[in-house]
Amino acid sequence: MAISRHKARLLLLGPAGLWYAALLVLPLAVVLVYSFGERAAAGGYAPAFTLAQYANLGSRWAAFKNTLVLAPAGTLAALLIAYPLAYFLAVRVNPKWRTALLVLVIVPFWTSILIRSYAWIYLLGGRGIPTLLADLGLGDWRLINTPFAVLVGIVYGYLPLMVFPVYVSLEKLDKRLLEAAADLGAPPWRSFLQVTLPLSLPGVATGSMLVFILLMGEYLIPQMLGGGKVFFVGNALVDLFLQSRNWAFGSAMSVTLVATMLVVVTLYMRFLKRIGAARDDIGVM
Amino acid sequence: MTAPTRGEDESQAPVIAEFVDTTKRFGDIVAAERLNLQIRRGEFLSFLGPSGCGKTTALRMLAGLETPTEGRILIDGQDMGDAPAHRRPVNMVFQQYALFPHMTVAENVGYGLRQRRPRMDRAEIARRVDRALETVRLSDFGPRRIWQMSGGQQQRVALARAIVNEPKVLLLDEPMAALDAKLRGEMQMELLSLQRVLGITFILVTHDQQEALSMSDRICLMGQGRIVQIGTPRDLYDRPANRYAAGFVGSANMLDATVQSTADGQARVALADGSSVTVFSAGDRAAGDRVAIAVRPEALRLSVSDSVDAGATGFAATITHKTFLGEHIECLLHHPVLGQLQVNVPRQAERSLPGADVGRTVHVLWDHGSGLILGQD
Repeated sequence: MAISRHKARLLLLGPAGLWYAALLVLPLAVVLVYSFGERAAAGGYAPAFTLAQYANLGSRWAAFKNTLVLAPAGTLAALLIAYPLAYFLAVRVNPKWRTALLVLVIVPFWTSILIRSYAWIYLLGGRGIPTLLADLGLGDWRLINTPFAVLVGIVYGYLPLMVFPVYVSLEKLDKRLLEAAADLGAPPWRSFLQVTLPLSLPGVATGSMLVFILLMGEYLIPQMLGGGKVFFVGNALVDLFLQSRNWAFGSAMSVTLVATMLVVVTLYMRFLKRIGAARDDIGVM
Repeated sequence: MTAPTRGEDESQAPVIAEFVDTTKRFGDIVAAERLNLQIRRGEFLSFLGPSGCGKTTALRMLAGLETPTEGRILIDGQDMGDAPAHRRPVNMVFQQYALFPHMTVAENVGYGLRQRRPRMDRAEIARRVDRALETVRLSDFGPRRIWQMSGGQQQRVALARAIVNEPKVLLLDEPMAALDAKLRGEMQMELLSLQRVLGITFILVTHDQQEALSMSDRICLMGQGRIVQIGTPRDLYDRPANRYAAGFVGSANMLDATVQSTADGQARVALADGSSVTVFSAGDRAAGDRVAIAVRPEALRLSVSDSVDAGATGFAATITHKTFLGEHIECLLHHPVLGQLQVNVPRQAERSLPGADVGRTVHVLWDHGSGLILGQD
């Protein structure tokens, strides 16, 4: 039984297409429309066409600032921790231990992020690490409800998502290229910079994008470890929709967040292209 | 036969690289055992042997990609000791080339020059890269990507990337293995002429005996981690040291025999069927010694007449297979006592063998002086 190309395409794309149309495109369109509206007197949405919500974004500047500082910082910190680990797992480790060690990287996922964040509350809280530091005579530290606590939480939560893409790109790196570099006179650190690093950039890009996009929309970790003092746009949105019931303002903020992400991701991709990571020949490898 | 080969001409050239009792073990496995070999400046030397014979390990130890477990490696008189690969004055053409996929052809070729400290002038690098690309006939390909190059072109990029550094020794690890037969032949000729132009010492690793025979000044035949025989291609072919050498380079009929008498580097030996032949004998042999002898299939002749010429020994044998191979016909014959014999009959000789078909019993003629006594394995 032959299926025409047209039908085949419809069958392949249909389910996902419907899913995205109903649950992504439609809600986004609703949010976009709402963002030009007003808060109804009793809360919720009242139809209007005004830019007032956008003009008012400055009043929530702190949420944007926290997100735009901590999401890139968290991505960078995760990258700096994940790269050496991924390098070790892909290049240095005895292959017979490799699978076991990779499983260890995922083990934290076996417990809900909620429970693990609770653990961090106690670790960073008054009777956790600060007490230990004080007992050791290292001074008086307040960790919980600080940007540092949120940074620790997000790096901890998202590290595996960075490790795996970087690991994969390093693992498929042809080790003979490093021998060739050495043979041609490059000491190990230079062959790392000139061969290993550029050829692992696709993995770095994938991991960074993945972590960065998820961090921009993060809600749970700032909520638990930031204690209302260090909040992301996500926390502000929950507050606007559920507490203040100002749907129009919340929608304007959502639209701005999505737009910001698009801009940052586009800039990042351009940057990678310029330093050569997105060269098609690497894609072929 | 007596014309001096290039290898002999250069026997007085200074030693450029040397293995001294060099051994490499990987755990319990001995990859290379007590290698002793001197390689002379300007020489084209091949390490020949089947996979796992230690030839690649030997090459990698020269490059500094493996460290000898015991013994030494000297390059241009300098003990390399633990010197890492990046400090050795040698360059390698890797199997499957190991070209950098994120660089252009020119960037690949210039890689070694860019590693020089103090830094080499950029214009000078560009000039030398151009010259190297010209040498391998890829002048206009500098800006290309590696994946835009064919296999043969990639091989030449790898060659240019190595020779641009003017290494004291160029190491080639099965560089032709990935090429099809026709291209391989062309590349062999190109490599040879390149070596003559550059005057660089070439060390080639190959499992292909034709390649080793046609290109080398000297061949270092290896087996099971050891050097079996070192010599010119003619030495290896005409005077194989033992059964392994006789069997690996070319094909050979190998037979057991007993020495009857020796004189002037020749020996009269008796075969299992009682007939005797005269063969070359290098070592000290005494009457009564049990030895192995070998004779090349093309050194034997076939005859359909019953008369055996003086100066030859005849064996009546039955033709079991005839394979047409273009320039000659490979005949397999069965002899009731000696077993299977292989005789390669040239096309011209075929005409004088009417009716020599499978099933027919003919005479195998072994001329006196053909064949030799083999040494111990």
